[in-house]
Amino acid sequence: MRVFEVIRSRTAVITEINRKYATPRIKMTRGVKIALLFLRLYLIFLVLVLGYAFVLKATGRS
Amino acid sequence: MNLFARFFYKYRRFAKALRLYLIIAGPGIIVMVADNDAGGITTYSVTGAKYGYGLIWFLVLLGPVAYFVQEMTVRLGAVTKRGHAEAIFDAFGSFWGWFSLLDLSLLNWLTLVTEFIGMTAALSIFGVPTYLTVTIVAIVMAVIVLQGRYWTWEKLAILFCSLNLVYIPAAFLVHPSVGDIVSKGVVPNLSLGFNGELVFILMAIIGTTIAPWMIFFQQSAVVDKGMREKDISLGKFDTLLGAVFTVLVAVFVIIVTATVPLTPSNEPIASAAEAANALMHIDSYVGTLLAIGLFDAGFLGAICISLASSWAFGEVFGWAHSLNNKVKEAPWFYISYFMIVVTAGLVVLIPGAPLVWITLFVQVIAVTLLPAALVFLILLLNNEELMGKYRNNALQNIVSYSIVIAIIALSTTYSISVLFPGLFR
Repeated sequence: MRVFEVIRSRTAVITEINRKYATPRIKMTRGVKIALLFLRLYLIFLVLVLGYAFVLKATGRS
Repeated sequence: MNLFARFFYKYRRFAKALRLYLIIAGPGIIVMVADNDAGGITTYSVTGAKYGYGLIWFLVLLGPVAYFVQEMTVRLGAVTKRGHAEAIFDAFGSFWGWFSLLDLSLLNWLTLVTEFIGMTAALSIFGVPTYLTVTIVAIVMAVIVLQGRYWTWEKLAILFCSLNLVYIPAAFLVHPSVGDIVSKGVVPNLSLGFNGELVFILMAIIGTTIAPWMIFFQQSAVVDKGMREKDISLGKFDTLLGAVFTVLVAVFVIIVTATVPLTPSNEPIASAAEAANALMHIDSYVGTLLAIGLFDAGFLGAICISLASSWAFGEVFGWAHSLNNKVKEAPWFYISYFMIVVTAGLVVLIPGAPLVWITLFVQVIAVTLLPAALVFLILLLNNEELMGKYRNNALQNIVSYSIVIAIIALSTTYSISVLFPGLFR
């Protein structure tokens, strides 16, 4: 029960933060938001490729 | 007015400016010198060992690039009086805020692991066991932050920054040829050939010179220090001085390891610790200086990176998050700090972990994720409502977006070389 209380209090904090910052100060157009999302996802893809390269090097297969 | 009086007034103005600068000095110098952390020293050591003096010109080019990026955080911090994490949440909303915060947290933790790798490798040369290094470092880091004042922390950090300069006498002690350095290193050249390995090293060098944690750290440090708009010009000078030092030290590290002989097994040196070990047998002073430098680099990086994360969490979660707060006033700030330090230190104790590869790859991951942090920084600096007369001018935007494009191009090139290795043979 104590664990659930802690989890509930933590999620309440996060909900409060999301509410506090719900309206961004800088208005971005739809195009800019899509471009930023694409950039983030592309960079994450590149990091995954790096992870693959790391596994190859660490296991001596490269 | 006679000559003496003119000289006296000039001296007083200079002394006053110097006193003012010494009050403001700190965030810029610390972030730039801490940039030569254990991962950085390892990267430069491998660069020197593999490519000799051939990439010194690339490092020198990165000095102004690092200054351009970090100077923006000075303006942003001094004008908004907010840390970078909070600035992103406020300007772009919680979705982008959480994305940036989680990015930063993971990357900072990985980088902190590399700092512990460097520190344990450095002290192992003197026979200190890994678990003892990790324990002592964690305790010292705790004592430094718990003393309760940002200014004291800052002055200690500057002291560790000055130790970073040990690579300069080390470079002189190995008696490098200045003619070789100039002909092979200072003039840009691509005589090394263009392949995946070179791209990897270039990315690691960029990743160690400009890293996301530096953006978050310097902005938060500027705020914690209480800098205001009128301090921006001195803050810029502080950052410029730091950029000069960081490139200087990096170049001297490359000079040292470019002159280190091959290991007995005829393989080039693969880490800073290996370089220090090899030099111990040739010249114990140089080897010792390298080992001290590596430990200092790791320690300086560790105390800065762990703070960058704790500040970021504190800003977002609304905890008290200043080094000027006592533990009772800011419990979560200090708890998050210690949790990050302890968990990172424990990774180094895992037997058989490929520590040098982890170190190099973390630098490359840092540079790969850097464009995302840079784009938000540029967007913030271009907002007139936020920045007023301190917003970016056209030249700053051109340079900043060029950096973003160059990094994405390099990261993409490396990924292609990994997925299609035949293209680069």
